[in-house]
Amino acid sequence: MIEDEDIDLLLNDLFDLYGYDFMSYSRASLRRRIERLCMLDKFPSFAELRYRVRNDPEYLKRFVEEITVNVTEMFRDPSFYKSLRDDILPVLGTKPFIRIWHAGCSTGEEVYSMAILLKEANLLRKSLLYATDLNPTVLEKVRKGIFPLTQMKQYSESYISSGGTRDFSSYYTANYGQAKFDSELSEKIIISTHNLVSDSSFNEFDLILCRNVLIYFDKKLQDRVLQLFDASLGTLSYLALGTKETLKFSVVQNKFKQLNREKIWKKIE
Amino acid sequence: MEENRIAPHCELLLIGGSAGSLEVLFKLLPLLKGHLPFPVVLVLHRRNSGDSSLTELLASKSSLFTSEVEDKDPILAGNIYLAPADYHLLIESDRSFSLDYSEKINYSRPSIDVTFESAANIYGSSVVAALLSGANEDGTRGLLAIQKAGGRTVAQLPATAQMPFMPQHAITSNAAGLVLDIPGMAQFFNTLE
Repeated sequence: MIEDEDIDLLLNDLFDLYGYDFMSYSRASLRRRIERLCMLDKFPSFAELRYRVRNDPEYLKRFVEEITVNVTEMFRDPSFYKSLRDDILPVLGTKPFIRIWHAGCSTGEEVYSMAILLKEANLLRKSLLYATDLNPTVLEKVRKGIFPLTQMKQYSESYISSGGTRDFSSYYTANYGQAKFDSELSEKIIISTHNLVSDSSFNEFDLILCRNVLIYFDKKLQDRVLQLFDASLGTLSYLALGTKETLKFSVVQNKFKQLNREKIWKKIE
Repeated sequence: MEENRIAPHCELLLIGGSAGSLEVLFKLLPLLKGHLPFPVVLVLHRRNSGDSSLTELLASKSSLFTSEVEDKDPILAGNIYLAPADYHLLIESDRSFSLDYSEKINYSRPSIDVTFESAANIYGSSVVAALLSGANEDGTRGLLAIQKAGGRTVAQLPATAQMPFMPQHAITSNAAGLVLDIPGMAQFFNTLE
């Protein structure tokens, strides 16, 4: 077992040497990820992991990718996407131009899901989707828009449950076990690294999606990030969080009103 | 177990279950006292559907306040908490929950091992954990972690389980300090303090 003091040392190294600040990440999850990585990469002791992180900038990339959770899927929680289709997109459609920010987008499955919704609502032409993550490696996958073909059956089912009526496979080309999504979708996606811990607001958006990212942060950092979102949203714009995340008890709760049973809030002031 | 050993104080009761465990809980929960001096956390393998009817169903079997965990909920004595579908449930040092959407463990999310190990880390010897019916190996590693931290472990008597594999696997791995049927578990939990 790894001691808390060891984790503190490692987090200090990451900040001092590389500027990555994981100090306000939820400790229980971070501990599991670090223990998992020690096992995966067969470090005989924690000290050896720390030495490698300190002295091998190439390994740092892998470390950051592995201790952050990059599990995501298309059309996860279909009822959420149904609400986007039915309740949010018709409102956004009245605007001349639509800016959407996927904060902490990981490998981009949700960004492509959103692009499909926009296309089906005939709004993709006037939309831009900003996809950001702290991790440059996962953003490369977003840019390519290539996902494992084995996942497509499940994604297709979720797409249909979300109210999709087209043939899901019409959105990608299957090749060598991979599904490459249409460039019509990826052309509307702007990719950039952005660290929610340390970077600031960079635009004003009509909708921000940040689902199952805040669960990895402690309360204080959650508040910081929510203030950052607040500063990046105009009045009557929307914020969407994961199914078990909430604005309740946060510093911005009075500025937002939850729309329905889904975790979507409208900024009211 | 030695009769004279002073049992550690119980600050957290964990119950893990898979296939066939709901029926056990439907019988077990009504037998629990109306005021438990510790929180109860249920980690059950369940379908990923977003519906919350399972919480309502479990709540109807108990007079204790029962809810499905939301991110960062504090862990309070006398309440029953249900791990949400499709997240791992972790415990923080300030005794609040946190959620995690990382890879499945033992083909499961939530994984019983993940919550049990996290609880062992924070609560140490003051954890009591029970493993119910199931057809999966999940839970044994978690029970071992709790034992190692000085906590107490229980496996459902396999003969009384619809799916005996999971409690039997724990027993075979020497991860179960006690092996109890449903009334036995109820009596044991009610006398914990």
